[in-house]
Amino acid sequence: MNKFRLTRWLISLPPILFLLIFFAAPSLIMVITSFRFPGEYGGLAPLVAPETDTMAGDSSLYGLTLEAYRFFFSDILYAEIFLKSFAVAATSTLICLIMAYPVAMLIAQSAKKYRNLMILLVVLPFASNFLIRIYAWMIILGPESAFSHFINNMLQFFGFEPVMMLFSSFAVLVGTVYVHLPFMILPLYTNLEKHDPVLLDAAQDLGANRWQRFWRVTWPQSLPGVFSGSALVFIPVLGMFAIPDILGGTGDILIGNLIKDQFLGTRDWPFGSALSIMLMLVVLCVTGLFTLLARPRAPK
Amino acid sequence: MALLELRNVIRRFGDFTAVNNVSLSIEAGEFFTLLGPSGCGKTTLLRMMAGFDVPDSGQILLDGQDIANTPPEKRPIHTVFQSYALFPHMTVANNVAFPLKMAGVASAEIEKRVEKALEEVQLSRFAHRFPHELSGGQKQRVAFARGLINRPRLLLMDEPLGALDAKLREDMQRELINLQKEVGITFVFVTHSQDEALALSQRIAVMNLGQIEQIGEPSVIYGHPTNRFIADFIGKINLIAARITQVSDKTMTLEINQLGTTTLPLKQDIKSGDQGVIAIRPEQVAVHALAKQVEIPHAYTGKVLDFLYVGDVTTYVIELDSGIRIEALLANSSPGRARFFEVNDPVIVSWPQEAIQFLLDQP
Repeated sequence: MNKFRLTRWLISLPPILFLLIFFAAPSLIMVITSFRFPGEYGGLAPLVAPETDTMAGDSSLYGLTLEAYRFFFSDILYAEIFLKSFAVAATSTLICLIMAYPVAMLIAQSAKKYRNLMILLVVLPFASNFLIRIYAWMIILGPESAFSHFINNMLQFFGFEPVMMLFSSFAVLVGTVYVHLPFMILPLYTNLEKHDPVLLDAAQDLGANRWQRFWRVTWPQSLPGVFSGSALVFIPVLGMFAIPDILGGTGDILIGNLIKDQFLGTRDWPFGSALSIMLMLVVLCVTGLFTLLARPRAPK
Repeated sequence: MALLELRNVIRRFGDFTAVNNVSLSIEAGEFFTLLGPSGCGKTTLLRMMAGFDVPDSGQILLDGQDIANTPPEKRPIHTVFQSYALFPHMTVANNVAFPLKMAGVASAEIEKRVEKALEEVQLSRFAHRFPHELSGGQKQRVAFARGLINRPRLLLMDEPLGALDAKLREDMQRELINLQKEVGITFVFVTHSQDEALALSQRIAVMNLGQIEQIGEPSVIYGHPTNRFIADFIGKINLIAARITQVSDKTMTLEINQLGTTTLPLKQDIKSGDQGVIAIRPEQVAVHALAKQVEIPHAYTGKVLDFLYVGDVTTYVIELDSGIRIEALLANSSPGRARFFEVNDPVIVSWPQEAIQFLLDQP
């Protein structure tokens, strides 16, 4: 028994150490960074004023401060970007859910021998590079593409103004939905595949029509799959920066872009860290909510 | 008019004919059982009654109306599935309420009726439990309550007791009989277990190879099987080859393989020269110690080859001098029961004339 326990510890030790060194420690560094002052030329100001440094300016730039957080709450702009990111993430999740559910159902109801092939097709896009796929969308949505011409010709035919699809919120949504759709299909399929088909027979036998069978039997049983799929789409979309960078317009900045800018552009590390921590808190809240919702519902 | 009537129902799957020209009628208030070995078509027949399958030809009449093409949700017929098929995400109360909700019954009314239904099956305390928190017998009772709550015309049951252990099954059989008497709803029960069929049913239809072999009360099916398959399938039975040697107005004379001749009352459609078997139930066979030397007609000497003691009764396998093997079932509590026989004990075996059934070989 003791030997068994030792083996278990030995096996779990490397991943635990890995997470401690490369996740827990950096997170702690980030928390501390968010309470420090930025350095004059990027990076961080020292924690303690160097005594010998006569060139030092304002002494209040040393030590710990809430400045980054004060800055975040002082301007409504940042709350707006958070809200907008939330809206984009929520919309993408909803679209993914609506598109993924029928696909997952189709796969789950197919003959067993075809299911693995269909799953392979769902994950096939991952075989090519993420950025390449996003740039491909840039071409598809670009003004000179056949797709754009077709859409705009149709719009003009019905008397509407032609539109520019690229560099818009629409393009960002297309990109996020496209990239994250498999993350919704897979958990949904895993859930739906486990449903006992005799329950649908029973529901039908007891008087439920097609619609009622879906809403009363299939849907409630699939909620754990819906919530884990939603978490897998919502959380990455909330923090994403590449897709809005490439497909979005100037007004389509999300939290991810804002954070990236603090580190690579404005070089304000404390503010970037503070934004990251705010994002992390939001994600934790959302995850907690999903976990709560994913539990089987208690009786009334 | 019969409640449910099947007329010449045929169902094929490719080359295989699962149900071959079945006609039967079930009366209102009956406890009717479809009994047969697996693959005999009984489940296909039940699925057609429920509406999950459609006959290739023939009619299914409910109160005289053909419902063969009516979908299951539109039939006043409910099914209790072998696996119970309780909705895992709903409480016991919500499971039982489901058919009422589908029927659009007002929620106050639903609450009242669910409460009453759960009381009937002694599950009031479990109303807010989920199915996975129940025992097998409790799940079973929820399934019955759910199937019966909106008073269907017919309740179909597909081997509902199959998943229960022996002791619980007997309790559930008793409960089921009482439940059926109380609610007065027609039950159609499907099983491959002859014990269950005999214990529960008012009438049994024995099925084989997609056809109905015999329909009748349990005592008739057991006591007077009409052919060899039924005799063999229902309970244990001794079968000995026999041939009709002579037929008169009221009697027929048989020559039993190695056991001499005997004369029985004439059965229909029997003529001289017919080949068949005589069938004798093991419990009809009497076994005496050889020492007794009593004068018994139609008695044969032999020796005990083997026996199986199961407490209340013992089954002996006896080899007659002619080499024919006979099984005899002896109650261990009967007053005349002087002793057990041991292997190799010499014995005398006999049976009353009326215990002998002559069954024709099937063409």
